[in-house]
Amino acid sequence: MSEPHRADIRPGRLPPQTYAAHFADHVAPLTEAQALLEASRCLYCFDAPCMQACPTRIDVPSFIRRIAEGNARGAAESILESNPLGGSCARDCPTEVLCEQVCVRNTQQGQPVAIGRLQRFAVDALMASAEPQIFTRAAASGRRVAVLGAGPAGLACAHALAREGHEVALFDAKPKAGGLNEYGVAAYKVAGGFAQREVAWLLAIGGITLHSGWRLASAAQLEALRREYDAVFLGVGLASTHQLGVPGEALEGVVDAVEFIGALRQAADPGTLPVGRRVVVIGGGMTAIDAGVQSKLLGAEAVTIAYRRGPQHMRASRHEQELALTRGVGILHWLAPVEVLGEGGSARAVRFARQRLEGERLVPTGEELVLEADMVLKAIGQRLDGRVLAECGFALRDGRIATDACGRTSIANVWAGGDCIAGGQDLTVEAVAHGLRAARAIDRLLRGERSRPEQ
Amino acid sequence: MARLDIDFCGIRSPNPFWLASAPPTDKAYNVERAFEAGWGGVVWKTLAEAGPPVVNVSGPRYGALLAVDRSLIGFNNIELITDRELETNLAEITAVKRRWPGRAVVVSVMVPCKEESWQAILPRVEDTGCDGIELNFGCPHGMSERGMGSAVGQVPEYIQMVTAWCKRYTRLPVIVKLTPNVTDIRSPARAAKAGGADAVSLINTVNSIMGVDPDTLRMSPDVGGKGTHGGYCGPAVRPIALHMVAEIARDPETAGLPISGIGGIGSWRDALEFIALGAGCVQVCTAAMVYGFKIVQEMVSGLATYLDAKGLESVEALRGRALPSVTEWRYLDLNRISKAVINQDLCIQCGRCHIACEDTAHQAITAQRDGRRHFEVKEEECVGCNLCVNVCPVPGCITLRELAPGEIDRRTGQAVSGTALDWTQHPNNPLRSGA
Repeated sequence: MSEPHRADIRPGRLPPQTYAAHFADHVAPLTEAQALLEASRCLYCFDAPCMQACPTRIDVPSFIRRIAEGNARGAAESILESNPLGGSCARDCPTEVLCEQVCVRNTQQGQPVAIGRLQRFAVDALMASAEPQIFTRAAASGRRVAVLGAGPAGLACAHALAREGHEVALFDAKPKAGGLNEYGVAAYKVAGGFAQREVAWLLAIGGITLHSGWRLASAAQLEALRREYDAVFLGVGLASTHQLGVPGEALEGVVDAVEFIGALRQAADPGTLPVGRRVVVIGGGMTAIDAGVQSKLLGAEAVTIAYRRGPQHMRASRHEQELALTRGVGILHWLAPVEVLGEGGSARAVRFARQRLEGERLVPTGEELVLEADMVLKAIGQRLDGRVLAECGFALRDGRIATDACGRTSIANVWAGGDCIAGGQDLTVEAVAHGLRAARAIDRLLRGERSRPEQ
Repeated sequence: MARLDIDFCGIRSPNPFWLASAPPTDKAYNVERAFEAGWGGVVWKTLAEAGPPVVNVSGPRYGALLAVDRSLIGFNNIELITDRELETNLAEITAVKRRWPGRAVVVSVMVPCKEESWQAILPRVEDTGCDGIELNFGCPHGMSERGMGSAVGQVPEYIQMVTAWCKRYTRLPVIVKLTPNVTDIRSPARAAKAGGADAVSLINTVNSIMGVDPDTLRMSPDVGGKGTHGGYCGPAVRPIALHMVAEIARDPETAGLPISGIGGIGSWRDALEFIALGAGCVQVCTAAMVYGFKIVQEMVSGLATYLDAKGLESVEALRGRALPSVTEWRYLDLNRISKAVINQDLCIQCGRCHIACEDTAHQAITAQRDGRRHFEVKEEECVGCNLCVNVCPVPGCITLRELAPGEIDRRTGQAVSGTALDWTQHPNNPLRSGA
């Protein structure tokens, strides 16, 4: 008879002094000397491909040349003019599939200019300077906009509208603004409280009032906002997560990866966070990678990410997959969860069915694999809680809010952007772009309305 | 194996690499180390007449123009001639030459423009057993304010007069070091020759201010809040020096006058360029001040390898080989037509060639083809100016192709002529010969 199973989930697996180092920046900031050298690699391309690859069209050659010329403030100005969240994008953008992927230095030297790290250098230098504010707010317009969701889309939209002199009420369900930068991205990507420093910088433009702990829960709420404000922007993200839908999902130790990351981000001391000795992460996106790597950093002995398709199908970039592998996280492919096996109410293993592609279709091969686990992290995607939105009357597409090219929804004077709208790639930088384009459209609308009575 | 040893106006040296008169040759300690490292010769840092030595600043004496990676582009100094006693220098020169009889030891001298000053010092210098003297008519800072250095070198009559005195008071070879701070380098060179000089050396340093400190708004480098122009040298001045060397080498009035080439030499390739344009030996300072004396070994290795590869048996066989290619603009063949060609396999798509040509030249490079990023030369616009070749970051990606005689130049629609036509014969020249 084997010993009865006891789930091994506990905090403080590592010596206390190790946590700070584990959750510090996983990419070190460039020193000034490094930044100057790296900046000198930029060729100042004509019609630069990196700029075209950036959803917010940051003028990469300009800002890098300004760094090379010793003008980091001017560089930050150029970045933030295009993307007010340039600081967090510099940290959590998958640059390897955006600007850096198309850098011509790849072709020549097999190594792109470190655009993301240079961007961080410039923005950090500005934020650390005596006068970090570079934008001034236009004279108050008397117009008021409600922005729902203080993540990257909402913050970008609010900041752009505030710059134009409009008054913004910024609502968020969480206690702090920042959205995924504060609650959802791995700690080592946005380390040192940067998310809140960025929020503070954004709000310092003036004209933005933050209402935290406010959740859109009914159509009546939206109606009230539409009456009270000249325009409404929705950047509410994806508040719900997909469920495995297999037996054993309710067992102790089966945890939502988004919640796991959120708890870790909010923990003053990561050492207080319980983590399993053996962790199985189910999923193939950024959340799966972030949850897997952070489990390892918390001291889990064995961490395995199990994904139902092949490496080429993972939403996590190749770079992210490599990051996980080098941190000692295993990745197994072609495994679909069948059942979480438990004992005494706690998870002890996950049973997977091996799969293969038959044409476009995933089919089970008939083989099975059981992975022992004290903790099972579910990272199989987030989704929109469509009930309230449908009740509000939003047209949805693919389970998300349908918009036009400016982010205008099916409801008059209501815009939306970020992960909650259809057709995106769920990137921070894309959310910022959505927020900014909606702000431009809203500003045009408000100016148009204002000029009418004067005619 | 090619021979690297040279005979420069009677001065023998195991290789053509000498250290120029400057801080690296200020005293026996340095010169001994230089010879141990393999330098063929030195020009001892300039001696002054007996008496209280000059006084140098004890703040910044040097300033540098650096690339982003802090590699050195240009260098300047405000150090004066030796600030040690004449007797000390003479004793050390004597001792060093005795220990290193096979190396060239040339002594640089700068005394006031009075015959008795030169008459007094030259025999004492000669007594050291050194191989030659170099007249410092080039130093552009400090000493020039006292009527010496470049103050002499800028007046051909003074050059001729002092050179003649020197030839009168010493039997040693006399090398006249020229300042580039003149309008036409041929005048001082001709004056040196007229005075009886055995050789000229050039260039000395160029008048320069290295920059302005953006915080203090003072020129830099500054000594206690004030600065003064210094002498500029290093890689940035090399093209200027090459031109001046070539001008003297091909001037019929000075042809055959031995030239010691100086100016931004840091590698065997740099030395090769000076020698191919007529220099019989080269002098180095800045590169040694950046890397130390050991670099001479890399220069020796590189030059020997090159000469062997070229089948040239000696340095002398290389000397002046590029001179026939130097001429006046009016003799350039206006019938030659070149077009830029972009190698699409090497192109990294940066577009620098396009924007350079589009904004500042001849609108001869595309940015797109079929809606896609694509850089290609439009031969009907290209004048073969070479700008794209120079701004392309990929070596060998853009080249100039010379059109063959009979080929149609798509810019003019004319067939390329097989015969040469220069400006002196060109129909557009109202002063053409036979017009």
